[in-house]
Parts: sequence; C-alpha cells; structure tokens
Amino acid sequence: MVIVSHSSKIAEGVCELALQMASDYEKMIPAGGLEDGSLGTDPMRILDALRSANDGDGVAVLVDLGSGIMSAEAAIELLDGEFPAKIADAPLVEGAVVAVIEASTGASLEEVIQAAESARGEEKL
Amino acid sequence: MGTRIYECISRIAERIIDNKEYLTELDREIGDADHGVNMARGFQAVLEKVPQDSDDVGAVLKKTGMTLLSTVGGASGPLYGTAFMEAGKAVAGKERLEAADVPAILDAAIAGIQKRGKAAQGEKTMLDALIPALETYREKLESGSDLSEAMDAACAAARDGVEFTKTIRATKGRASYLGDRSIGHQDPGATSATLIMEAVRDFLRG
Repeated sequence: MVIVSHSSKIAEGVCELALQMASDYEKMIPAGGLEDGSLGTDPMRILDALRSANDGDGVAVLVDLGSGIMSAEAAIELLDGEFPAKIADAPLVEGAVVAVIEASTGASLEEVIQAAESARGEEKL
Repeated sequence: MGTRIYECISRIAERIIDNKEYLTELDREIGDADHGVNMARGFQAVLEKVPQDSDDVGAVLKKTGMTLLSTVGGASGPLYGTAFMEAGKAVAGKERLEAADVPAILDAAIAGIQKRGKAAQGEKTMLDALIPALETYREKLESGSDLSEAMDAACAAARDGVEFTKTIRATKGRASYLGDRSIGHQDPGATSATLIMEAVRDFLRG
C-alpha cells in the first residue's frame, strides 16, 4: 500500500497511525512531498514507492488532494503494467486504517481497495 | 547551441522562468501561490536534463514531459508532463516538423491534459486557452494561411481564452474551493499555456 500526500509528514503520519493496527505489515510505504522536502507530489517518488510496496499481488494507493490523484495516476501509467496498482476512492486516514488491516491478512488488491472505500460513507457524528 | 528542437524548448523554459513571479502572483489570488515557482523549477530542470544534441523531436518532447512530471510538484506537473509526453508520441521519430504537425501536437497535448485532469473547456483551466488556439490554428491552415500567420492567430485565440477565464467560475483544481470568488481572476494555468504558445511563436519568427 502506498500513501500519497503533498506533505511528507502527513504521509508518514498516516502510515504510523495505520500501522498501530497492523504493526507487522511491512509493505505500507509513504510517498509524501517533493525530494527536497517541500510540499507537493512527485510521480517518480510515487513510482519508487509503488515498487517498494509491491508484494506480487499489486498495490493499493491512497491519496490526498488534487494533484496527489493526478500524480498517482501518472505513476501508475509509468508502471506500464509491471504489476497491478489501483487508487482507492476513499478518505486518506480512515481508508488507510481499514485497508491496512485488510492487507495484513493477506487479502487481494480488490479486497483491500473495497475495504478502503467502505470507509467513505462512514459518518463521524 | 543545441538542435532546433532544443532551442525551441529552451525558449519556452526561459519564457516561463521570466514569468515566475507573475504566474505565482496570479495563483496567489485564487490558488496556493505556487504555480510560477513550480513551473520555473520544472523548466529549469528541463534546461539541464533535456539533451541539447538530439534531433529526435518526439524523444525531446517526451524527455521534457518526464522531467516536468518529476520536478514541478504541483498539479501542473502531471498535466504539462502528460501534455508534453503525449505530444512527443504524436511526432515520434520525426526530425523535422511542418506546419501540419502543429495540430497533431496540440491535439495530443490537449487530450493528455483532459485525460489527466478530467476537465472540459469552460472550467477555468489551461484548456480554455489551448482548445481555442488549436481550433483557430486549424481554421487558418485550412483557409490557406502559412505557419507564421496560423501561429499568430492561435496565440491571439489563447490570449482571448485567458481573458475569458476571468469571466467564469473555477470548477476544477484548488480555485474551485473558492466558488464564485474565483470570478474576476484569470486562470494561472491558461496563462502559462499561452506563454508557452507565444514562446513557440516567437521562436518560429526567429
């Protein structure tokens, strides 16, 4: 699983928070910010994260705002079918927490995506 | 001195870098105030990474796109990156471009931007400059204009497109969060797209 954010702190923080639920899961990779640490999203960094996160079955991707989505889509295109990768249409924090629990049980890519997307309709109050 | 295509790309880069403050100022009004900084960073990298001695127009455009993709940082990275990469595919293997290649390049670039941004004309984006520019270029070419006349008219249409973006509300990108408050401001992306068109026009004038 790859966590894409404009901010490296957000991406790393989401991983830290989600991994509380599945501390032995090793394939959750943050891809936040630009190489020099500034805010932004970088398809090449996301591409590297996708390769690090791939366990053979493909990679689920969770993203934050606007260009995060476009950069993740561009990175997936650059993979050119090397392995499957898919963006979950899900809130970043809640989606990541549910998805990592699913992923740590060895679920398929589709199951992980579905789990993340199940967080979309949850009301907070 | 590099090849013609490198010279053309470097003129685009210089135009963007010269307008860094201006583009950022436009983005400060309705966005996150980084368009000029991001674009200048991307095109500075283009100047450094694109090979100066390659005649392969498709490959040079593709390398430009890949470089923008990895260095711009904002939404314009994937958008312009995809635009240049798709434009490169449209003229793959060519070492010389004719007036008739311009629509193919623009058409591919626009399709790339639409695919990546899922935007349509009239949403206050770079498409509001580029689509009228392409349509005008085609009309001019069909009615017998030469490359220089067609590019002049296309750039004028792009400028009109930028003016048009002042009159509409943004429905894509950060500016869409502002709703009606985005009306009255010109779109930074339409502006940078027009600067790129004008840099190419001026390059072709020699």
